[in-house]
Amino acid sequence: MSQQAQPLDVERLREDFPILDREFDGTRLVYLDNAATSQTPEPVIEAIADYYREYNANVHRGIHQLSQEASVAYEEAHDRVAEFIGADGREEIIFTKNTTESMNLVAYAWGLNELGPGDEVVLTEMEHHASLVTWQQIAKRTGADCKYIPITDEGRLDMDAARELITDDTEMVSAVHVSNTLGCINPVGELADVAHDHDAYMFVDAAQSVPNRPVDVEDLDADFLAFSGHKMCGPTGIGVLYGKRHVLEAMEPYLYGGEMIRKVTFEDSTWNELPWKFEAGTPLISQGIALAAACDYLDDLGMENVERHEAELAEYAHDRLTEHGDVEVYGPPGDDRGGLVAFNLDGVHAHDLSSILNDSAVAIRAGDHCTQPLHDVLGATASARASFYLYNTHKEVDRLVEAIDDARQLFA
Amino acid sequence: MGLGSDMYRQQILDHYKNPRNYGELEDPDIEHVGENPMCGDTIKVFVELADDEETIEHVSFIGDGCAISQASASMLSGELRGESLSAVREMDRDDIVDMLGVDLSPMRIKCAVLAEKVAQDGIAIHQGEDVEVTKTE
Repeated sequence: MSQQAQPLDVERLREDFPILDREFDGTRLVYLDNAATSQTPEPVIEAIADYYREYNANVHRGIHQLSQEASVAYEEAHDRVAEFIGADGREEIIFTKNTTESMNLVAYAWGLNELGPGDEVVLTEMEHHASLVTWQQIAKRTGADCKYIPITDEGRLDMDAARELITDDTEMVSAVHVSNTLGCINPVGELADVAHDHDAYMFVDAAQSVPNRPVDVEDLDADFLAFSGHKMCGPTGIGVLYGKRHVLEAMEPYLYGGEMIRKVTFEDSTWNELPWKFEAGTPLISQGIALAAACDYLDDLGMENVERHEAELAEYAHDRLTEHGDVEVYGPPGDDRGGLVAFNLDGVHAHDLSSILNDSAVAIRAGDHCTQPLHDVLGATASARASFYLYNTHKEVDRLVEAIDDARQLFA
Repeated sequence: MGLGSDMYRQQILDHYKNPRNYGELEDPDIEHVGENPMCGDTIKVFVELADDEETIEHVSFIGDGCAISQASASMLSGELRGESLSAVREMDRDDIVDMLGVDLSPMRIKCAVLAEKVAQDGIAIHQGEDVEVTKTE
């Protein structure tokens, strides 16, 4: 499906996000921390409210009408998410708490059982702690080794090194799709091909890609892919693990309890069918239904259009930030990145910068963005990060740049 | 200028840009380091005591990090000279907030109190107590 990108009607769609009207001391909020969490549009808030007002009930265990309505909506939410990322069906979509839990699910259910001494997990230097710490610790427990694909001087993934590092000893390749710090877009489809050439699985951390660009799991040929609802106009408390059906079928459950079983005796139990086998206990009902509403919202706008809008803002921000020559922007050039820009202003700590920006009601992130080892590679203890979403404007980038000017003057 | 940049009054910026008592003491009685992992701030404090083993005669520090943490260390180093160890141990975060004279958000308080915590833990170790790693989190 190759659609011609259309400009987003940002002025109109901002009306869907009442929080963007907030003012601090009379100054309108500029929200540029979208890579951490996105704001929530009215239709999604309504979907949550509707559920609680109209058909709140536990799923899969009631014969009464409310439970049936809730069950159907919750199951169909899996179908909707499957459609959004090009998966085969609900069997391949597991609802979790967040991207981190999706990682841990695979690490515990597959990694603890399958990894052993001599096996290797190949990661990248730009992994989020969600993936890096999880595989590092599972490797320690199983005797497996972790290897890290380095970044190039320009802040991209070194694919030549990747082809060297991925060998027949590799059991899992886990890579971030769009780096939450460098903003680079990694060729995870190509990595998946290399992984499969060596009979390894490919796990894609799509936390910064599914919310921001069209992603098709079949195109990527990923075995696993994870993302979070709250970064894509959805609520907090829900993440998604996509897994190829035959891979999930072969995996043991991660959590035991109600909902995930078929038949239980005092001696033994058998497991429910996919995806419920991996959704123990009362699941994330309202969050799942709201996530489906978020998929509707994003598809109505068109993910190609969201992608282009963010790319334009990132390029504009990159150009404006580097006007004075005293700002170091991490990652590849402005015209080849996702919708975020991590940077440091010479002589001003990122936390000081963020505090000063906050005085102008400009919300950015400052810190290590859960990529401490990458910051070590970059030689920075912290960085500031502005991240854009579908409702941000060029004028808001200008407000960011003006607030940075304030900091520049204060610290001069 | 933005909404006033209250946190960055002239005095704080001055101490950040021109830290007082910066450097290592040659033969300190107390030497201790701590960090605020949130910001990546580190502060190392050096103390020389008078003959009574209780009065602080010289204080210096070295460090790296945000303006709040470094300015706070610089200002505190001036305050500690001539103080007794017991008085320093009784200081709390309000003393630091008063010293800085600005409103700090909860996240930034950790930066502000790092130097105080390092000095206090250093004194505790000097007085024979066990201190695990000094951190403000």
